[in-house]
Amino acid sequence: MNAIVKAHAQSKHLLSGNEALARGVWEAGVNVATAYPGTPSTEILENLALYPDIHAQWSVNEKVSLEVAIGACVVGSRAFCAMKHVGVNVASDALMSQTLAGVNGGLVLAVADDVGLSSSQNEQDSRFWGRFGHLPILEPCDSQEAYEMAIRAFDLSEQFGCPVIIRLTTRVCHVKSIVEVGERKAYAHKGFLNDPSKWVMVPSNAKNLLATQGKRDDLLKAYVNECDLNFAEEGKDKRVGFVTSGPAYLHVKEAFPDAPVFKMGFSCPLPIAKIKNFAKDVDKLIVVEETEPLVETELRAAGLDLYGKDILPKTGELSPLVIKGPVLKLLGEVVEDQVDTSLDVFPRPPTMCVACPHLSPYYCLSKIHNKVRIAGDIGCYTLGAGHPWKALDTTTCMGASISMALGMTLGASEDDKDKPVIAVIGDSTFLHMGLQPLLDVIYNQGNVTVMLLDNRATGMTGGQEHAGTGFDINGKEAPRANFEKIVEAIGINPDRIRRVNPYEMPTMFKIIKEEIKQNEPSVIITNQPCVLTDRFHKHEPLKVVDGCTGCGNCLSTGCPAIIVTHRETEVRKSGKEIEKAYVEIESAACTGCNLCVSTCGPDVIKPVNFTKEAAQ
Amino acid sequence: MSNVNGLTNILVVGIGGQGVMTASEVLSMAAIKLGMDVKKTEVAGMAQRGGVVTSHVRFGPKVLSPAIPKGEADLIVGFEPAEAMRWCDHLKDGGIAMVNRFRIKPPVVNVGLFDYPEDPIQSIRDQGVEVYDFDAGALAQEFGEMRLVNTIMMGAISDHLPFEAEVLKDIIVERFRQKKPELADLNDRAFEAGRMAAAQSAKKAAE
Repeated sequence: MNAIVKAHAQSKHLLSGNEALARGVWEAGVNVATAYPGTPSTEILENLALYPDIHAQWSVNEKVSLEVAIGACVVGSRAFCAMKHVGVNVASDALMSQTLAGVNGGLVLAVADDVGLSSSQNEQDSRFWGRFGHLPILEPCDSQEAYEMAIRAFDLSEQFGCPVIIRLTTRVCHVKSIVEVGERKAYAHKGFLNDPSKWVMVPSNAKNLLATQGKRDDLLKAYVNECDLNFAEEGKDKRVGFVTSGPAYLHVKEAFPDAPVFKMGFSCPLPIAKIKNFAKDVDKLIVVEETEPLVETELRAAGLDLYGKDILPKTGELSPLVIKGPVLKLLGEVVEDQVDTSLDVFPRPPTMCVACPHLSPYYCLSKIHNKVRIAGDIGCYTLGAGHPWKALDTTTCMGASISMALGMTLGASEDDKDKPVIAVIGDSTFLHMGLQPLLDVIYNQGNVTVMLLDNRATGMTGGQEHAGTGFDINGKEAPRANFEKIVEAIGINPDRIRRVNPYEMPTMFKIIKEEIKQNEPSVIITNQPCVLTDRFHKHEPLKVVDGCTGCGNCLSTGCPAIIVTHRETEVRKSGKEIEKAYVEIESAACTGCNLCVSTCGPDVIKPVNFTKEAAQ
Repeated sequence: MSNVNGLTNILVVGIGGQGVMTASEVLSMAAIKLGMDVKKTEVAGMAQRGGVVTSHVRFGPKVLSPAIPKGEADLIVGFEPAEAMRWCDHLKDGGIAMVNRFRIKPPVVNVGLFDYPEDPIQSIRDQGVEVYDFDAGALAQEFGEMRLVNTIMMGAISDHLPFEAEVLKDIIVERFRQKKPELADLNDRAFEAGRMAAAQSAKKAAE
């Protein structure tokens, strides 16, 4: 059993925010916990799945996961749901109505914002959902608070009868610090609350519930001004006072240890009265928040004179240094300009793995990209937009490859209208939100070639199981969605459903070329596992024997195990200059997938144990 | 080696899959064992291998902000020389860089879009940084296990920490004794090999 699961009360552990939050959720007596993986939130559910007495599950998407949690809460359990910031966009349909209906058992939603965009398509600020949905928001600044606020959030949810959002950022989720834990408390199951006027959201009921929500708003506004999670810390340097929340609080404390600080743990609705009181004792008030100027705007509207994003950065992560310069300048102190002393080093963007089964589809797509449009999706295969493939024209959000591809066929200009459109989507993303777009293509008699890259994992977030892998979050066997049957059932012509082993590249290439010529939609499904999962099996590594001609074709696969040893410029008789790149294979990294072999003109890529004598 | 606020700041840098995060984890555990407050944070970006991984470890009486501010790192543990070069501006004046000479070139260098720096270790030295360098990759290969780079690097820095080298070694060896006992002795030797390599690098620099 995992050490943290066994940990007893009052013991201290080095935990990430995600691990600590999971511990808190478990201790709060939660029965049902759900999520769809998404950086930086993924480890919350992975950790909850380790604990006994709790049902943890991966749902197919965030909306479904929240609805499952809502169902559990309606029948009287405490229920929990975690997602990344963009996941709330998907789940918002359920969220925005359930906030009116309220809760029975406590319902808590942890939302992790990717401030600084380490692995996301945008940097949206989830604190807006609290305003939009009339929902309380708690903002922990570190692991200990993530743990404590998880427990507190369930009490608050039941006290005020509404879902509670815990807003995390990457610097809470993925920072490890010392946490003192407690023990799981038995939760007195509330039983089903039989009240259709509360749970059936027809206009007449919803209209009545609006009044309830209004009363709740008033109670919350009063509560935040009394609540111990919102407090002022004295400081002897009263030239500035800071209003802040989350990890920004820690940055402020480090940058200005002597300044008064108002820390908000319960930040929505804003504790305006308490902040006004705090503001009286400081010369200048500065709001430090990640990322949008939200608190700042509300406090200005409340009549406070303050500084915020007018002096601090409007995007990205804050840090003690980022805060220090502009604030000192505001105080009229001489601030030395930050001199950039960094040395120039090449970028090292994330790459697809050695032997990744996505390498072959992208090799093929890169060769025909001038003849087709390619709509991409969210996952490891988004990296196909980068070098050396440069084989994506768009990526917007989960599942959008297929629907946008349809739109691209429909809206194309006269010159463009015969250009085939390909949608590239992964297995987990297809089940998340790709199914309905494909149905839309079929129903509207559109023509899109879908490349469903099935690597049997939610790869980008670390290889989690999903409805198409045959296993659940605990690694136990589960029914496995059959992609061929699904797409046939919704109307794809069985002749247009092609299963292909991506490592057989010539076949892969031939099938793509055949399918983009069809005048009806096709689905090409690959069938090799993610190399980071246990389902992948290594083969004998490869090496380059004598005779590399420097054509560089194998480099177009993008496999990181292929290394250039030297380059030459060859001048042809015609005077044309050809760049040559001679390669070797890093045999320690190579897993023998053989993909590069089919790209090698002189056929000099061989297994490491190959000898000419043996071959003869 | 600690700063005004009594903190020790160690920046562990390398490439996904090299064991950077494990290294910062054992450093954190050593500090906890000595009763210090600790924070450890990573910027790992996407889950793929091959990208830059930077792990910040801060310990002392009370750690606030988790990331080490630029110019405040006491020590950089560079699992790869170009990565050490990328982050060396985070060192404070008088900071130390412990660097594995073993180079790992990314595909963008292989396809010819960017050049690998000619001599990253010299470039760091030119910044006035005290650099210790040795080939931890080759040492690991001698032991027949590339994954030992991690333990070798920990051994190399162990005499440059504000606590006894044995504290760190015990944590590492004990971890293996619990999870993979057959590898405990091997890691003990790898730790000592790293320690020796750093000492020799210092001696060479002094000559």
